[in-house]
Amino acid sequence: MEEWLRFLEVNSPRILELTIDHAVLVTLAIIVALLIGVPLGIYLTTNEYLAGTILQVASITLTIPSIALFGVMIPIFSLINQGIGFLPAFVALVLYSQLPIIRNTYTAIKNINPEMRDAAIGMGMKTHQRLLRVEIPNALPVIMAGVRTSVVLNIGIAVIAAYIGAGGLGVLITQGISRGDNYLIISGSLAVALLAVIADGILLTIQKHFTAKGLVD
Amino acid sequence: MISFNHVTKKYNENTTAVNDVNFTVEQGKIVVLLGPSGCGKTTLLRMVNRLEPISNGEIIIDNENSMDLNAIELRRKIGYVIQSNGLFPNMTIEENVMIVPDLLGWSKKEKRERFIYLMKLIGLDAEDYRKRYPHEMSGGQQQRIGVVRALAADPPVMLMDEPFGALDPIIREKIQDEFLEIQKTVKKTILFVSHDIDEALKMADKIMLLRDGEIMQFDTPSEMLAHPKNEFVSQFFGKDRAIKSLSLHTVKNLQEVIGLARIDKSIKNTKTINVHQDLRNTLSLLMNQEADQVVVTNDQGEKMGSITIDLVQKYLHFEIKGKLSVSQKG
Repeated sequence: MEEWLRFLEVNSPRILELTIDHAVLVTLAIIVALLIGVPLGIYLTTNEYLAGTILQVASITLTIPSIALFGVMIPIFSLINQGIGFLPAFVALVLYSQLPIIRNTYTAIKNINPEMRDAAIGMGMKTHQRLLRVEIPNALPVIMAGVRTSVVLNIGIAVIAAYIGAGGLGVLITQGISRGDNYLIISGSLAVALLAVIADGILLTIQKHFTAKGLVD
Repeated sequence: MISFNHVTKKYNENTTAVNDVNFTVEQGKIVVLLGPSGCGKTTLLRMVNRLEPISNGEIIIDNENSMDLNAIELRRKIGYVIQSNGLFPNMTIEENVMIVPDLLGWSKKEKRERFIYLMKLIGLDAEDYRKRYPHEMSGGQQQRIGVVRALAADPPVMLMDEPFGALDPIIREKIQDEFLEIQKTVKKTILFVSHDIDEALKMADKIMLLRDGEIMQFDTPSEMLAHPKNEFVSQFFGKDRAIKSLSLHTVKNLQEVIGLARIDKSIKNTKTINVHQDLRNTLSLLMNQEADQVVVTNDQGEKMGSITIDLVQKYLHFEIKGKLSVSQKG
């Protein structure tokens, strides 16, 4: 126990710093993923043919082992001298987030009661009014479920990004493995788990805040 | 007023949903589109607010061709009620009712006043319901809200697509009565889709019976029952159409033609019925109870006389059978 305390005393500033790096990487990736995924998911509800293809591609992306995807990023981003570091990790995380976000948005909008949509159109709402006032508010809980899945998934996957020099809590774990230092491995893993739990909690609060009262029974 | 001029709807070369339909819904009247499922009645209704494109012909709404207006503007001028009420669960009752006024840019004050007026119309407390959500209300209340939502911006024309179809029979009848009361004040020009014959007879100034996208007959309810134009019409209204037609007459009508009977004081436990009740319900009441008479009361509850099965039958002969004899075969 004393050894643990001594370890934390020495390393806690570093752990905190790496946790922040980790959180920033995941947060930025999720924001960009949302900006791409939500509009795309909504658009796909109007284009069945493309929907099949894009959801397939997104599914396949998710099955690529993360270490392989990070590996593939290196030669691609080397072309612009960004082969390792933040950018390739960020792009890989955006790709990994797409499936849950696109699929949940697509499904949620698709499942809006057609009569509700009919009423909205029949009363003279324009397309954007219908989306903003009726469809997105009613789809929000399901869209947010997708976002939360993506965030938790990405916090885990971002650990691997340490291998391509993107920093974050993966650094503790990879160092721990190479040095055979259990303290590093355990503290890194716990920090990752804690970050995931906290992030999910924050998102749940946001979701509850923005969900219309009429949708909460 | 809504006029249909040679309106046709084709989905492709071979499928015609509505074929060369011509008719007019007069100002302030209710026309019920009636027919078996797939007869094109909903398609016809949805062509008015351009939820379905018109393949051929034109629809004139209050002297304006529906195609001359922008579809969005057109829809905001037409009240639209659908079967499952289509309320938006994420909005409060007030927000739901005030959607069209809001889209039209009414001020907050105008909207609030209109909301209070409309809620009064359906007998609900505006203050109480303003901040509530649809899921907190019963099916009947939701449907009432669906109806006043269509009335919100005071459109001259209303489209009602089986508006009371999802309600249980008791509530349905009550809301139909309420709606007819409201219609007396608002006098909208209404196109109403139904598959329920009794509802059509009750609500309609005129009924249009459709089959496979063609008009079978366009007439007043009593004409429809008395003089079905063809085999399909008489079959659709059924062998009991003489009894159905009783629902178009009240005890008062009977009293005026043949008078009521004396009250037989020796019969105990007789039920009473209001003089404005229709004869079909009166007949049911007579047949459901053991006694031979039902005491008729006026609105003040005073006894006016009694009615018997014999009297109803006699009235049927006078008023209806005479007309029915022309097409007895059906």
